Amino acid sequence: MKNLVSWFKRLFMVPGLFALLLVASGCSGITVLDPKGPVARTQQELIIFSITLMSVIIIVVFVLFFYMIIRFRERPNWTDKDYDPHQHGNTTLEIIWTVIPFIIVAALSVPTVTSLYALEEPPEGSDQEPLVIHADTSNWKWYFSYPEQNIETVNYLHIPEDRPIEFKLSGADSMTALWIPALGGQKYNMAGMQNTLYLEAEEQGEFAGRNANYNGSGFAEHTFTVTSESEEDFNEWVSDIQNNAPELTKERFDQYLEPGLADEAEYSSTHLEYVDFGENDGRSYITDLYSGDLGEDVHLYGGEGGPWEEE
Amino acid sequence: MWDFIWNDFLVTGEPLIYGAMASIVLVTVLIVFVLTYFKLWKWLWDEYLTTVDHKKIGIMYIIAALAMLFRGGVDALMMRTQLALPGMNFLNSVHYNEIFTTHGTTMILFMAMPFIIGLMNVVVPLQIGARDVAFPFLNALSFWTFFFGAMLFNISFVIGGSPSAGWTSYVPMAGPELSPEINQNYYLLALQLSGIGTLATGINFLVTILRMRAPGMTLMKMPIFTWSALITSIIIIFAFPILTIALALMTMDRIFGTHFFTLAGEGMPMMWANLFWLWGHPEVYIVILPAFGVFSEVISTFARKQLFGYKAMVYAMCVIAGLSFVVWVHHFFTMGAGAGVNSLFSITTMLIAVPTGIKIFNWLGTMYKGRIRFNVPMLWALAFIPNFTIGGVTGVMLGMAAADYQYHNTYFLIAHFHGVLIAGTLFGMFAGLTYWYPKMFGHKMNEKIGKVSFWLTVIGFNITFLPQYFLGLMGMPRRTYTIEPEWMPLNLLSTIGAFILAGGFVIFVYNIYFSARYEPREKTGDAWDGRSLEWATTTPVPHYNFATVPYVNSHEAYWDMKETGATTYDESKLEPIHMPNYKGMPIIMSAIMFVASFGLVWHWFWLAIPGLIGVIICMVIRSFDYDEGYHVPIEEIKRTEEQARGRKE
Repeated sequence: MKNLVSWFKRLFMVPGLFALLLVASGCSGITVLDPKGPVARTQQELIIFSITLMSVIIIVVFVLFFYMIIRFRERPNWTDKDYDPHQHGNTTLEIIWTVIPFIIVAALSVPTVTSLYALEEPPEGSDQEPLVIHADTSNWKWYFSYPEQNIETVNYLHIPEDRPIEFKLSGADSMTALWIPALGGQKYNMAGMQNTLYLEAEEQGEFAGRNANYNGSGFAEHTFTVTSESEEDFNEWVSDIQNNAPELTKERFDQYLEPGLADEAEYSSTHLEYVDFGENDGRSYITDLYSGDLGEDVHLYGGEGGPWEEE
Repeated sequence: MWDFIWNDFLVTGEPLIYGAMASIVLVTVLIVFVLTYFKLWKWLWDEYLTTVDHKKIGIMYIIAALAMLFRGGVDALMMRTQLALPGMNFLNSVHYNEIFTTHGTTMILFMAMPFIIGLMNVVVPLQIGARDVAFPFLNALSFWTFFFGAMLFNISFVIGGSPSAGWTSYVPMAGPELSPEINQNYYLLALQLSGIGTLATGINFLVTILRMRAPGMTLMKMPIFTWSALITSIIIIFAFPILTIALALMTMDRIFGTHFFTLAGEGMPMMWANLFWLWGHPEVYIVILPAFGVFSEVISTFARKQLFGYKAMVYAMCVIAGLSFVVWVHHFFTMGAGAGVNSLFSITTMLIAVPTGIKIFNWLGTMYKGRIRFNVPMLWALAFIPNFTIGGVTGVMLGMAAADYQYHNTYFLIAHFHGVLIAGTLFGMFAGLTYWYPKMFGHKMNEKIGKVSFWLTVIGFNITFLPQYFLGLMGMPRRTYTIEPEWMPLNLLSTIGAFILAGGFVIFVYNIYFSARYEPREKTGDAWDGRSLEWATTTPVPHYNFATVPYVNSHEAYWDMKETGATTYDESKLEPIHMPNYKGMPIIMSAIMFVASFGLVWHWFWLAIPGLIGVIICMVIRSFDYDEGYHVPIEEIKRTEEQARGRKE
């Protein structure tokens, strides 16, 4: 039996040490815990707060657990001094362990609710108006339309740092989710309706963005890169596209809507002129166009940059 | 014709699939050969295929669950192999998507569900002193519809192609516009078919528990596992009709061209997500509450103490059941329902931690001042407590909607639900199976092999899933067929863990074989010094369970009986026992439903319509079946009991 108890101890030390090791290696590799903007920071603080409280619960349960199985295990010199088979409850204790979880839930609820309301507004601390970007998807591409600038990019995104971005999320077909973990949590893109998501970058740099919601065979490559840059660089980038990029014709855009992957591209007009997927009318646009052909799969092999074979 | 069979009907072009086809053919030939060679066909038909005995039906459920655990486990290993390293070329994206879809669907609906229903079948009537369930014919029908539903789902990967829209099957992706192939129909019709059985089981056990308890056994004197079965049955009855309707609506969309969930024609795709999780969240409590019941029984037995806070345990389960219906939105906080809605569902979700916490502390309290034996069933129950606590608190974290925007659709979520489903449901089912094994088969499972299997499983489980919490926070989405280089070390670790976990399962199954051959036969009927009525019967349990049903004074009926020396064989009270006859109809009727469903999958109305007519004919025949069963004569009871009890002394 002694052997067994030491086995138990060893068993639960392994994951413990392992977790410690990861925490010790720093949060730098853990994108969500290393926020690059105010939205992600709100969420990171909430996560750290909850991990702290939850650790207390885990410690209490683990301590009690090991106390019980070591103290009350059957062993060779076992005596019935501590054995009370008829003990079947203790009102005081039961009230305590009902009330304390209530208090913990309340403690978690308050910051959750305040954060929820805060995330529905542009992040505070910036005097600039949010930059509006329409982010639409179809299998398996991202279209970012900048209506004020009248430009559109495919599968990449440029944003000015320190300015709130107001994403208008929608999609042509499957439900997807815009997620830039370094900048903040995700929200769904759904055909026929529009979601608003506020994000902001406080640093310059490149961040990974992706569709987080599974949408079929091209899902793994349904990604984009986000470049956060100074306002001057951003404006320069915008005017470069306005002056040099081709217009996004309806024909060209309709081609994009066919299922498949696409390279990064930029255009000096937006698809919002032809269709707004955020409106109920936009919902049958793609089915009218490609009825019967939307089930096409793309067979991806070997990951990013790997050999892709389209069917 | 041949062109259709080769290109559309059969799945071709994948070496793995050819391997699967070959193994299916080989196994089928082997089974047919063994049955024929040993002349077992008649035995199989008479003893099992037509049985209405709850104990045998329970055993068949559990065998099916273990087979499905194997299938779902192979899926899991294939996925973990593909995700071990970046750039792996083991599965392509299309194949990977089919595998994770079948893994999820199989594990929840064709592994966890039959496992809990199997244990309920074996144990509940014995615990309440009943001779069978309330509707034995319906019980057999439940099993066979589940079984044929599972088969329909499983043939999809060689005939026609597996569904690939995830076990949640979200529209519009799974709808007729974006998935015009027939694959998705397998999901709809297989779940529909087995769902009939589950709903019938819920009704059956509700009536059984409410109407057929031993004299004196009031609700608050029921064993705790029976309580969990009762609450589970109630959840099934309220939740499964939602799934039935949702599946029917999507089936109509896909086969008859309606527009309930479609993109075009003013369908409402998001309604599917709501309906699915209105069923789906209660569903996860359907598979966890019976496991809680098992842990309560096992911990109390092996700590040799009464359950701590019996009433609190019952109320906690009731509260969990109630809350399970008002948290479904937490599966899609990111849908943009607004801060108010998300706040409400965050709070209801976190509130579930309160009754669950009460249960955890009551289990710890049960061990306090006990005398703990570390047999294999107890090891599973003990491992549950710390591991489930980790899975549970991460569930609370996921419940905080504002933070969930970062966890949603990531490996953090994967780690959480595997943490609760494996440490909760699977450990619970293994605890329950090893605990009641002597009652079911007349011998224990070998302890030494059982311990090896236990440690491999628990260690493998932690190595597999703890890294996934961190992968989620590093931005790794679920359902991706490939990984980024920076996620490599933790993924490799996770894959190694998965193979250790699989080793634990293989040894568990080997133990079934080993124990059947070498374990000493169980003679007492009370293998673990048990406390509830199932241990009062002899082993093997006579088909009528109890010769005489004892009067029950507490929720530990057999413990009291042992103190007063009472048995379930009181010669002065013997009466002929009314028992149901075995029926071939349930398996035949379910087989016809299978054929009809298969026809619908392929839009073959020439097959589906005669199939449905066949089902209706079966129902009519059944309605005019006046078979009232038979009575076991007193002499036979005497003979059986004296033989069993004579051996005991």
